[in-house]
Formats: sequence, C-alpha cells, structure tokens
Amino acid sequence: MRTQLRRLDTTALVYLALIGVLIIGAVLVATTGRNFFSPGNVRDILTGMSVLGFVAIGQTLVILGASLDLSVPYVMSLASLVAAQTMNGSDAMVLPAVLLTLVVTACIGLANGLIVTVLGVHGFVATLGVGLILKGYLDTNYKGTEGSVPWSFQLFGATGVGPVPISTIVMLALAGLVAFLLVRTRFGHHLFAVGGNSEVARLSGVRQRLPLIGAHIGSSVCAGLAGLLLASRLGVGSPTVGSQGSYDLLSIAAVVLGGTVLMGGRGSIWGTIGGVAIFAVLDNLMSVMQFNPFLKDVIRGLVIIIAVALYARRRVIARRIRFADAPPGPNIATGAVPERDLEIDRDLETDGDLETDRDPEAEREGSRG
Amino acid sequence: MNPRTPEARLGDGGLRRLIGRAADPRGAVVVLLIVILIAIVVLNPSFAEPGALMRFIQRVSPVAIVAIGQYFVIVSGEFDLSMGAVVTAQVMTAGHLIGEDDSKTVPVLIIMLVIGGVVGIVNGLATTLLKVPSFIVTLGTMLVIHGAVMWWTGGAATGNPAESFRQLGRGGIEGIPILGLLPYAVLILVAVTVFAVWISRRPFGRTVVAIGDNAEAVAFAGANVWRTKTLAFVLSSLAATVAGVLLAGYAGVHPSVGQGYEFTAITAVVLGGVVLGGGRGTVLGALIGAFTLESLFTLLNFTSVPATMRDAIQGAIIIAAVAYSGVVFAKKRRRPATSATTSPTNDQTDPSTTSAGTLSPIQLTGGDEAARK
Repeated sequence: MRTQLRRLDTTALVYLALIGVLIIGAVLVATTGRNFFSPGNVRDILTGMSVLGFVAIGQTLVILGASLDLSVPYVMSLASLVAAQTMNGSDAMVLPAVLLTLVVTACIGLANGLIVTVLGVHGFVATLGVGLILKGYLDTNYKGTEGSVPWSFQLFGATGVGPVPISTIVMLALAGLVAFLLVRTRFGHHLFAVGGNSEVARLSGVRQRLPLIGAHIGSSVCAGLAGLLLASRLGVGSPTVGSQGSYDLLSIAAVVLGGTVLMGGRGSIWGTIGGVAIFAVLDNLMSVMQFNPFLKDVIRGLVIIIAVALYARRRVIARRIRFADAPPGPNIATGAVPERDLEIDRDLETDGDLETDRDPEAEREGSRG
Repeated sequence: MNPRTPEARLGDGGLRRLIGRAADPRGAVVVLLIVILIAIVVLNPSFAEPGALMRFIQRVSPVAIVAIGQYFVIVSGEFDLSMGAVVTAQVMTAGHLIGEDDSKTVPVLIIMLVIGGVVGIVNGLATTLLKVPSFIVTLGTMLVIHGAVMWWTGGAATGNPAESFRQLGRGGIEGIPILGLLPYAVLILVAVTVFAVWISRRPFGRTVVAIGDNAEAVAFAGANVWRTKTLAFVLSSLAATVAGVLLAGYAGVHPSVGQGYEFTAITAVVLGGVVLGGGRGTVLGALIGAFTLESLFTLLNFTSVPATMRDAIQGAIIIAAVAYSGVVFAKKRRRPATSATTSPTNDQTDPSTTSAGTLSPIQLTGGDEAARK
C-alpha cells in the first residue's frame, strides 16, 4: 500500500489532495446549510485562482530552472500602472497598452535573467534586488492609484462563460501553452536539463543561459498578465496591488505545493495549477466559514508545511523511476541524486540501491577530471 | 636579495597587498563601510561624536543581531524567512503580557526565549527530519507565527510594556566618560557578537560551515547533520527574539515592527560576503554587512535622495555586491588552472609584502615556497 502510494505521480497526488479539500469544504459548508458548489461560489473559487494562477505559471518556469522570482509583486504593480495609464480610459488604447505592458515586463524579465546568468547572481538575490529597485521606483513616482481602464477592458476581469470567468479560461489556456512548451519543445527540455544540473547540461551541449533567461522573461510576462488582470478588475492601476497580496511567496508556495522541486529540474505546470486550486479552495472555504483573516494565514502556513512534508517523503522515488532503465555506470550523468535517497529508499529493491550508490561516485569522478 | 621577483621591482608590495585585500569581496565591504562613514561625517560632522556614534550603533543593533542569527542558517545552506515574523511576535508578546507590570518583566522574557527556541526547533526539525526545503518551512512558520500573533492580539498596537523592560532597548549606563551614555543595546550587541564568534570557532561553528559546503561529506564524516542544522535555526530564532526585545524598547509595540526583517537580514548577510547556499562566510562579515547597510540608509537620510528610493538603492547594492563577489571568486578559481606558471609568484606576494622585498629572510622564504611548488 505504501509503495503504491509512493508510485503515484506527484501531480495525481496534488489533485487527490485537491479533491480531499473540496470534500472537506463541501461537508463543512453543508453543515451551515449552504451549498459549496453553487454557481456563485464556483465562480468565486475560479476567480480566486486566476491571478495567483498567472503568477504561479511563471514562477514554475523559473523554479524549474533552479532559480526564483521574488520580483513578481512589483512587476504586477508596475504592469497595472503602465496599462491603466496608457489606456487612460480610451478604448482605442487597449491593445497598445497591453502590448506595451508585455514589452515592459519582458524587459524586466530579461534584466532578471541576465543578472542571474551572466553576472552569476543567485536568483533569490537578483530578483529580490530587482524587486526592491522596482519598489523604490513605484514608491517614489506614484502616490496612489492612477490611470483608468476603459469598460471594454474591464470586461476581461468581469465576464464569464457560465460560472467560469474569462480570466480563468485565459489562465488555463496559458497553462496549456506553457505545459506544451515544457514537454514538447527544445526550450522546455533544456530548461529541465539546466534546472536539474546546470553543469551536466553544459557538458551535454546545452546552452545554460538561454533557457534560464527565457524562463525569467516568461515569469515576468506572466506576472505582467496578472497585473493586467488586476488592473481590469480594479479599473485603475495601483502601486501596491502586487505587494498587498504577497504574491511572491504565495506563488512559490503554490508551485511547491504543486509538486515542483524547489531545487529545480522536476515538476509540472498542471501540478502548479492544482496547487493554486488548493489555495483558492482553502481561501474560499475560510471566507465562506467567516474565519478570522489572521487565522487564515495560520492555516495557510500549516497547509504549506504539512503538504510539502508529505511530498518530500515520496518525491524522490519519482526521480529514480525515470532513470531505472538506464544502464548503471559513469556514463549516466544523472547528477544531483540527493543523498537522502539512500536513507529513504533503503526499504526498496536492492538493485535500485546499488544504482544510487554508484551515481554520486560517478558524479564526483566527473567533477574531479 | 632576489631582484627578479616582481614585487622587488615594484617595491610597493604592502600597497599591492592592501589593494588585493580591498578587492576581495570581504575586504570590499569594509572599504564600502569606511567610505560611507566618511561620507556621512563629511555631510554631518556631528555624527563622528562618540555619543552620536553610540546612538548609531544602538539603532543598528537589532538588525545586526538578526543578521548574525541569519548567518548561521545561511552558512548551513538554508534560509530563515520567519525571522521578521518572530521579531513581530516577540514585540507583540512583550506588549501584551508585560503591560505596566514591572514584576512580569523577567518571567515574560523567559517565555519569549522559550517561544524563540520552539520556533527554531520546529523550523530545524521540519527542514532536517521532514526534508521540507527550509525556504518553504520558514515561509510557512512565518505565516503561522504572524497570523497567530495577530489573531491573538487583534492586530492592533497596544500600550508599551513596562519601563524596566523598555530600558533594555532604549536605556543605557549613564555617566561614562567621553561616551556619555553607553546603551544596553550596544552591550548586548557586543555580547551577541562575542558569543557568535566564539561559537563559530567551536566544533559547532565549523560543522555548520562544512554542512553548508557539503552536507553529505559531513554526514559521512560522522557529524550529526540534523542536530547541527536545528541548532542553527534555534540560534537564528533566538537572535530574532533578542532583536525583538531591543525593538520593543527602542521602537515600541506595533504590529509593523519587524516587518521585512528577514530580507534585510539576508541582504546584510549577503553583503557581508556570506554566500547563499552555504559554506562560505564569517560572523564578522555578517556584522559588517549589517552596519554597511544601515550606514548606507543613514547616508541617504542626510542626502536629498527621497526616502522611498532607499529600497531601490538597497536592491542595486545587493545585486552589485553578489555579482562582484561572484566575479572575484570565479577569477580566483580559474587562476590556478589557466595560468599555472604565474600563480606561484602571485602567492609569493602575500608572505613577503610587509617589508616590500627589502628584507632578505622574508624574501627567501617566499622564494623557498615558490621553489617547493
């Protein structure tokens, strides 16, 4: 039973957890005599998913490349301001404003990517620094909300097909596109390779920098899309809209909750969407049950730790199955097989143990030469 | 007596060595600190008075103590994002439990230390035994602690704690010659620094650095990785607790006290030459990083730069510092491989520089070393 649970794909586990949360939510809400799955509530949950979803899709890219993006809240705020100011209430400016926002955010992502790859600054520090620079710019130049968004663009955040908001559909479409990029294109494969082990990727002939720069641009553009969505909801641009939601840490938490490894190289977009959905359902549940807003943070924190603790025990096996068929020997540069494998998987088949015993040694041999 | 060595020709080895030291990232931050302090004194000469300097150190103390705590966690290869929340929690605890009752000061101090210890143990055990990345663990505990304290206190500022408690943060020993007032915060900072330096030279401190470099090797060498890491987290939370005690006295009780301290501490530590990912850095580096950061903010206060640009400058500085140290370390690593013939002479400059190639014994030892290589 235990091994069966371990064999389960991480993404499947995320969705099992989501179903569990949904069941708990439905039961709890039913005790108060209401329906958790009423169209209005489903719409609320899906709306809650959309903004964090956009940010988390981008964050997944960056984390897969073994980097981080802490600048997203400020990119979102800046995007909402750029969009709202450029539109300034006129319908004709909607398209130019959206394009300008995407270009601006792409430039920020390019800066992040170049600092991380060319200057060799840790992603945490680089994006924290860029975020602080943006924060300083925003705080200095904007005293409050500015610009205005025409009604035609506000519809983006306000309408829906049945109970499903347009913004969520766009977010899911973007998730599909990015998932396709990751699984089917060279960019995706190289990003996984660089995130798993940058040095091995380089030795295998992968340009280390390009995928990571691409991931950072993707992350900033996704944050820009989230900022556009927020601008369309608020009707104005706001310099604090991103940092108020602490989207940087929540998006990282959602990505990790979705089974992506924080050290990079493993994970999936659909897992992230599952993680975002878990957050959205929990938030909605706590709102419906009228929890104290501070208690929400407590529960969020506990869920993050407990959920990730559950994955951390079984995620390792997924990495091993991937390489189980490969012949053992120094030629498999599986790279970062964490030493914790040895501890956790001692109860598994012996041939597997032999293989893990060999890998770190082969790696060390390689790095010495 | 060896005229062919480069420093004998140049004859300014001492200067070159000094420049070499200053170009080193850890030396560079000291140079930066000195430059900033000189700039402050030029703009505001009264800053150099002993009393004003003491007040400056008093103001930096909480940040410096938090940075020293963060140092142990970062050098072991982990993050502690919960520090800011711990500071806030301790400040609010002090405000709520002590109230106006002087007799409660000591018991509540003990309670606060226990809270700090428990947070550290939880962070450490979840990271080491549950194998959750520390970034996620401490992010979770940050949310939990902050939420729990705000839930308990209602998220509102309360009255300040009793005066005897606040003395720790704002008071001092009066009547000292020259200084005038010696703040308790400065004494506490000195005590924390001495303790941290001492413990970083004990087996514990060495093991923490080794774990940050290569945890597997340390485990194979027989050290207890999880216990050491947990202890590092405990030290970090206790440092946040001490900072909370100081801030409750210095800044008063408010739910925004301590906000963002985790990132300030990480910035300070990184500025001080401690490498994210662990394995490299010193306590004093973290301390100097904290002082550099705070003196930079002080300098900005004296200039016409708007206060809101403070963040932007902090961001630019941290990127520049890490990029610079990365470039220097990469160059150092590359040097022996690409220019093997020149490296012995480079090494040789170090032992012989004090007398700049004029005294033969030192020159000879340098030559011997080169010959041995």
